[in-house]
Amino acid sequence: MKQLKFIFAGVVFGIIMSKSEAVSWYRIQEMFRFHSFHMYGIIMTAIGFGALAIFLIKKFRLNDYLGNPIVIQDKEKSILRYLGGGIVFGLGWALTGACPGPMFVNLGIGYSLMGVVIVGALLGTFLYGILRKFLPH
Amino acid sequence: MDNFLTFIAQPWSWFVSGLLIAVIMTALLFFGKSFGLSSNLRTVCSMAGAGKIDSFFNFDWKQQSWNLFFLSGAVMGGFISAKWLGTSDQMAISSATLKDLAELGISINAGLNPDTFFGAEALNFHGIMVLLIGGLLVGFGARWAGGCTSGHAISGIANLQIPSILAVIGFFIGGLIMTHLLLPFIV
Repeated sequence: MKQLKFIFAGVVFGIIMSKSEAVSWYRIQEMFRFHSFHMYGIIMTAIGFGALAIFLIKKFRLNDYLGNPIVIQDKEKSILRYLGGGIVFGLGWALTGACPGPMFVNLGIGYSLMGVVIVGALLGTFLYGILRKFLPH
Repeated sequence: MDNFLTFIAQPWSWFVSGLLIAVIMTALLFFGKSFGLSSNLRTVCSMAGAGKIDSFFNFDWKQQSWNLFFLSGAVMGGFISAKWLGTSDQMAISSATLKDLAELGISINAGLNPDTFFGAEALNFHGIMVLLIGGLLVGFGARWAGGCTSGHAISGIANLQIPSILAVIGFFIGGLIMTHLLLPFIV
């Protein structure tokens, strides 16, 4: 089954996020209060090694496992959508302590009320879909 | 084996976590995919038939099914760590944060998340609305910004994208406003 590798990668991701407490509401509060280096350490280490990996992929023009060139699409240029969307996202992130990955990891950990956050996130996505023509991009 | 389990049951350091997240991101690139969790929310809307209401949800979501498998793996990963790799110790959260939160009436126990928001005491209209609206802001903002923490803060900045830096600046403006200005009026 060719989807097995994605399930496996997801399991590893879920364990990493739980064991490093990146799915904890308290850790997100600590980050937004600048009281601890923990979350900054996680994000900056991931960016550092991620940047190195992408640099090497581009430099040696590496292919994926099927032999196709690895292409990473550039994000489209804009200012308002990133700042506006980012601010709305940040408000919700600090309130629930969960972004779109961790809300599902928390569900697996056993926080059933995260299901309410997930329903909210689906509603928010739907609302964006129908309102997007009125928003600056 | 027992020693190994005891070893990994301890909380993991930020360095190990950050390194492994980069490994996952890179593995997905070699699988021909890109790391980004919030796309799944749009995919689920499409599967539920939102494409009949708005063309934004009219896309070939089967192309994205790999990401739903990744997401279901993440749920299993959470389950596995809670069941077999857990500790019953209280997290080592900074005392300054705990003091601030105590002033808001939010306490800490052995869990990852406060009972104020996720325990039995949140099972009322106010508690449910807070979680629903919080989730709504996350979903709406992620799609407007075209990505979340995984797509922008990690993959985007690692690929040196200016838009991702702007999005992360936005995440922090919103997060700081919520934490320092709004949260005291919500709890």
